[in-house]
Amino acid sequence: MIEGLSVTLTHYLIVGAVIFGFGTVIALSKRNAVAVLMGVELMLNAVNLTLVAFSRFSSAFPQGEEPLAGHVFVVFVLTVAAAEAAVALAMAVLVYRQRETVDLDRINLLHG
Amino acid sequence: MESPGIILAFWVLSAITVAGCAMVLVAKNLVHALVFLVLAFLGMAGLFLTLSADFIAVAQVLIYAGSIAVLMVFAIMLTPLAARDNANSLYLLPALASGLGIAAIVSFVALVTPWGELQGDALAQNDPPTTVAIIGDLLLGRYVLAFEVASILLFFALLGAIVLVQERGSRESQ
Amino acid sequence: MSAEAPRPATPMARQILEHRSLLSRARALPGEARFVLAVLTLGALVTGAGIGFLVVTGQLDGRWYDIRDLGNATAHFRDWTQRQGIDSSVPYLVTGLLGGIGILSLVGGWLVIGVWAERRLIAKFQIRQGPNRVGPFGLLQPLADAVKLLQKEVLIPIGADKLLFFLPPILIFIPAMLGWGPVPWAPKMSYADLNVGVVYTIAISSLGVLAVFLAGWSSNNHYALLGAMRTVAMMVSYEIPISISLLAVVLFTGSLQLSDIVAWQAQHYIWMIVLLPFGAFTFLFASTAEINRTPNDIGEAESEIVAGFHTEYSGMKAGLFLAVELGNALLVGAMMSTFFLGGYSLFGLEEWVPGYLIMGAKTFLVYFGFVWLRATLPRFRLDQLMAFAWKFLIPLSIIQLLFVAVESMLIVQSGLPGIVTIGGSVIINAGLTVIGVRAWANAIGYSPKEMASPPIMTNGVGGLRAAEQIRAAS
Repeated sequence: MIEGLSVTLTHYLIVGAVIFGFGTVIALSKRNAVAVLMGVELMLNAVNLTLVAFSRFSSAFPQGEEPLAGHVFVVFVLTVAAAEAAVALAMAVLVYRQRETVDLDRINLLHG
Repeated sequence: MESPGIILAFWVLSAITVAGCAMVLVAKNLVHALVFLVLAFLGMAGLFLTLSADFIAVAQVLIYAGSIAVLMVFAIMLTPLAARDNANSLYLLPALASGLGIAAIVSFVALVTPWGELQGDALAQNDPPTTVAIIGDLLLGRYVLAFEVASILLFFALLGAIVLVQERGSRESQ
Repeated sequence: MSAEAPRPATPMARQILEHRSLLSRARALPGEARFVLAVLTLGALVTGAGIGFLVVTGQLDGRWYDIRDLGNATAHFRDWTQRQGIDSSVPYLVTGLLGGIGILSLVGGWLVIGVWAERRLIAKFQIRQGPNRVGPFGLLQPLADAVKLLQKEVLIPIGADKLLFFLPPILIFIPAMLGWGPVPWAPKMSYADLNVGVVYTIAISSLGVLAVFLAGWSSNNHYALLGAMRTVAMMVSYEIPISISLLAVVLFTGSLQLSDIVAWQAQHYIWMIVLLPFGAFTFLFASTAEINRTPNDIGEAESEIVAGFHTEYSGMKAGLFLAVELGNALLVGAMMSTFFLGGYSLFGLEEWVPGYLIMGAKTFLVYFGFVWLRATLPRFRLDQLMAFAWKFLIPLSIIQLLFVAVESMLIVQSGLPGIVTIGGSVIINAGLTVIGVRAWANAIGYSPKEMASPPIMTNGVGGLRAAEQIRAAS
């Protein structure tokens, strides 16, 4: 039965899409700044999955031409994600020091 | 794909990852959400392994599950009086709609596009024996400029994080 | 009274007085026992000579019964199944299962024996007896402890997070076991010889942090949370020097595969600890911080915060945390001997003795060093430890990494003979270690103070000097 199933590029893309959707919902709907960051990290992760999947399944790069360009891109995404997490969490701590909350609904000084 | 083990692994791991993401969304407690987030990260690392991306998988564990999750631990612990719940804002419904929409559109595109991907034996042949050496060559060869820019970015992120959270007057008080 | 020998002040002093050497004990054996011993020794010598003949004539190399390297048997098994036309996943499953059982029984057995061994060793260092009541030499003590722990009531504190309180003792076991995967026991014998072994090791060791944090956070106890946050902060800080010192090793060997790292050391007849003394020290010290062992165990400092992150755990759950600590110490010993002490190689002896025995001996040697450190050094202060990581280990490791980068390029590309380049690297790195440590210590303003007086052993109650006096007087 299991031989009948085959995992193709489409499967990975759909998993990536579902995870990206979850990340979007979390990032847009949560009130806590740390939870929003979790959503953003999930979105980045989903993108990484699609990049690696394309890199593996793609026939656009024949062997020896440019292998694993997707992997290199993922390495850069990881770098940016780490930097982003560090700065964003530092900002959350800073906001907490000023306002004693990391609740995004209550950080509304510019609300008018 | 080549072996039934990989197929089984794909289904189990994607189930774990998606369930982890869902639990991050619905968990009541922020720390519970963090635990499920780490679960999703680890499942994602397993998915990378099924794509024979060993270095990326290990880097995923190291950076996401090891470092970013710990950073979040610190952020949670350094904000002791803030709310610990994982509550949703008023925008839950629009957010759900947009998330569902994005997932549906991307899935639709993934389903209907003729990707012309590699299959079967060609796929197995395309797998390099080790990815680390190739990634290293590419990073310090073709993409060396991006590599340097990334290092500068990391450096300034480090500086920025330190400058941001440095308490004013802490120098004088010591 | 003064003319006689002084009365032994303690039971320990009496024991020292009555101590006899192994040789005199052997002489005291009855004649039959000595005969059996002689026959056994002769048999061992004959068997050794036979094996030696096989090894010298090369009849043993690569056969399935070549137990110097259990990887041979695996390879033959894989070939055999291929010839029989069995699917290639079957040998992987079988050997994976067997190897897993092997590692689990090794580590599990160690968790049972280790409690006893460590307590006995510490007792020797502190000139006392250690556990010696339950069973011969107190060997059954861990069993008795386990029974005691199992009988204890498992308490869950009020206000604890039920699920997260339940998980950490299990979660913390996973990285402790996964870490054994890529360890090479012999040239072909390794559970999972990963291409990315070094990165895998670092990644796995960073996973334990979360279990520690969850244990402390879910306990709903200030001491537990304090201990957990101390441990997390320390583990995160000390991961960086570990990574950088391992990077230096990787620069020399040119491979992230652990078996390649050992093979490089065997091939060049040099241990990394000679080539990279500062890197080895960094790895050892930072590992003790990473696994919460005594010079650096501020996460569970008994005199300050009860028991740290596992304050609220009782019964077998607390036992699991202690067991993981022991297993981790052994794992770090294996990593240290792989990266810095030449792994299974011992300058040609691995042709004669099974590699996994050499590897195990080195592992236990490092573990013995850990016990020694634990018995000797007092606990460091939290701020001292953090400052030591960030102000001292990390900058010096980076400087060392720069030098190592140049040296490794010279070794590979200069075309000079290896003895010149590697020997030069040894001298440069040793000099760098001495000069760098002193110069950096001066630069960050550390000046060692003279001690008021050298530490003095107390007379009469115990201590080595007392023992010598007693022995001299008798």
